[in-house]
Formats: sequence, C-alpha cells, structure tokens
Amino acid sequence: MRLTAETLSARRGEDLIFKDISFDLGKGEALVLTGRNGSGKSTLLRVVAGLLRPETGRVTWHSDAAESGMRAAEACHYLGHRNAMKAELSVSENLSFWKDFFGDVRGGKGISVGEAAEVVGLGGITHLPFGYLSAGQQRRMAFAKLLVSRRPVWILDEPTAALDVNAEGVLTALIKAHLAGGGIVLAATHQPLGLENAKELRMTGFAGVGEERW
Amino acid sequence: MTALLLRDLRLSVRAGGGALIGVLFFMTVVAVIPFGVGPDLNLLSRIGPAIVWIGALLSALLGLDRMFQTDREDGSLDLLLMQEHPLVLTVLVKCLAHWLGNGLPLVIASPLLGLFMNMDEVAIGATMLTLLVGTPALTFIGAVGAAVAVALPRGGLLVSILVLPLAIPVLIFGVSASYAAVEDPAPFMPPFLILVAITMFFTVLGPLGAALALKNAAD
Repeated sequence: MRLTAETLSARRGEDLIFKDISFDLGKGEALVLTGRNGSGKSTLLRVVAGLLRPETGRVTWHSDAAESGMRAAEACHYLGHRNAMKAELSVSENLSFWKDFFGDVRGGKGISVGEAAEVVGLGGITHLPFGYLSAGQQRRMAFAKLLVSRRPVWILDEPTAALDVNAEGVLTALIKAHLAGGGIVLAATHQPLGLENAKELRMTGFAGVGEERW
Repeated sequence: MTALLLRDLRLSVRAGGGALIGVLFFMTVVAVIPFGVGPDLNLLSRIGPAIVWIGALLSALLGLDRMFQTDREDGSLDLLLMQEHPLVLTVLVKCLAHWLGNGLPLVIASPLLGLFMNMDEVAIGATMLTLLVGTPALTFIGAVGAAVAVALPRGGLLVSILVLPLAIPVLIFGVSASYAAVEDPAPFMPPFLILVAITMFFTVLGPLGAALALKNAAD
C-alpha cells in the first residue's frame, strides 16, 4: 500500500502556490503539513484528494487489494473545513447516508453508525438534527464519518478546529489507531497532533517548500 | 445510489427544501392571471394551457440553482466528486431526486390550477400529461446550468437565464401538444412525441454536461 506524489505543483489564479512536492507514504505512515495561513496546505490536500487539478505531477495509489487504474482519490477520506453534513437531517441519517454512499474498499469494513458515534464520545444524540449540535460536536460527528466506512488514506484539513482538549485527545487516539491498523494519514494542522514517527512537510507558500523529519 | 436519492428527497421536504416553495410560486403565478385578464371565461380557457405551462416553467427554474449549491456550501459536493460511482450517475440520481421533489408536485398541482383557468377535462388531462413528460427535461437542462453556476454566489438568476433558451423548445412543444388535444384539426401525437424525444435527449446529455461542469468547477 503506497500513496505516492511526484513533483506536484499547483496554481491559484496566476501564482504558483507550491512546486515540486514529492512524497511517498507507506503503511502506518503519517505526513503532517505545517506552515502559516495561506501557505498552500489546504491546496495540497485538495490536489491529493483529486479535487484540484495539479499544474504538474501526479498522485498515484498502489495497493494489492486495489484494481489497477484506481484513482488515488477513491482510497481517501477527505475531511475539509466544512463538515459535509446536512443541518436538516438527523446525525444518524447523515452518517448512514455516507456509510451507504461511500461503501467499503476491498479489504476493510466500516463500523456501524451507532458505534462510530460512541467512539467519538457522542453516543446518545444521534437522533438530533445535525444543525442542533455545537460546532465542536459537529466536528466530532464529521470525524465519525471517517469511521463508518473504511478508507486506507485519511486526508485531514485542520481536524482539530473547534475542538476542546478532551476531544482532541479522542481524535489523536483515533488517528493513531488508524495508523496502527496500517492506514495512511495526511493532515494539515497548527496544533501538534502528538504523532510519533510522522514526517513533517513545512509549507512556505510562494517561496518553495522544504521537507524534514521531526 | 438509493441512499443519495432518499437523502435528497428527504431534504426537499424538510425545512428549507424547495418542494413547497415551487408549488406555491406556481399557484401564485397562475392564480393572478384571471384577475389580470378579467372574467372572460372563453379567453381564459383558450390561454389556459399556455399559462399553466409558463407557470410550471418559471417554478421549475426557481428551484434549479439549489440543486448543487447546497451540497457545495456544506462540503458534501467534494465528497460526492471523490467517489468512484461514475459522476454522471451521481448527477443523474440527483436530477431524479430534484424532479421528484420539485417537478412532480407541479404536475400534481396542475389540474387544480387548470380549474382556475376554466379549462375542460381534456385540456387539463393533456396539460398534466405534457407536464409529466416535459418537466424532467427542464430539470436535466437546468442541471447543466446549475453545475456551471455552482461556484457563483447568488447564481440563481444566472442559471435561469442560461437555461432558458434550451427550455423554450420544451415549452413550445408542451403547449402545442396541449392545444392539439383540444383543437380538432391539429394532431396531438407529433408535438407530444417530439416532447418525449427532447426529454430523452436531455436525460442523456444533461447529466453528462453537468458532470463535466462540476469536475471543472473546482476552484
């Protein structure tokens, strides 16, 4: 299982945001993107998720279980700034919709909606409309979405936004469990997630990028 | 895919959904016509099918811009685009859900509004039938416009203007088929079959175009 990016560069309007970014992530590896606001972290994540077309380079996904020619995006869960949940529908309706729609990739199964809500610490309130929840609870439920269906790669854009310390701990534990289960995590964050053995990619915006290890 | 259909249907009937708004607008448009035109029953029944069709067209245009925009606003669209279901199929299902939620209520409301216009049973039946066949085409044409304008804030009016030229043939053949049913010399089948053809044509082309536009709308 490998997620490989080769000489990626992306453009917003006229300007190159970053260029020549390459990385190669295998089972259980994490890449943390850091850098100030506007340095292109989210753009890079969207390129990897297949939501933006890169100017140059490509993202490829190799796996024994995957059919050949599978797009990298299909192996990914993407948690963006927005939660992708409908305020009008109840939490369980939201989660079971995504569970059905995502399906499972070969070689893994998601957990049930109830369990997923239990795991993020909000077991009793799945009957409420999503719009009734607080910002932090909404974020936790958006995270539960990653659990109801199995994807080997998690792409997380500011996963800890709006979360209290306790919830951050829960999420970090989930990310670690995902890595321990052979998953791959790409995260953009300002807070250290407390992951051992994570590569760090420091984004610097227009000036170029440097890669180093913690 | 069934999950997507059910979710969109649920959303269209819950708070903020467009189903009721469309029907209310349709009723408003048609209900004010007799007041404006005056109590000339012959004139009303003569212009009836055209007015009902125009009302339905305007209400169908009204709800179009929300088709993809709500999903874009809360980030769902990104996740829909990432999945391996062919995007065309996803768009097709979203169109079907949109039609069931917004188009079908118009068809069901049309007989009542036909009464407002002093139309006889045959004219009401023909108008309802042509609406049933024609409104899906409006949804599929509108999907392309909605997909093109998805990134624009307040793109609602723009969507209507973009799709109006393509929606005009639907209106023409829908109305002429309705008239052909009541006025003797004109045959009913040719305009009705052309309407069916238009709907089938855009059932194929609409989702294709919309999927293409959505893929390239990423900013």
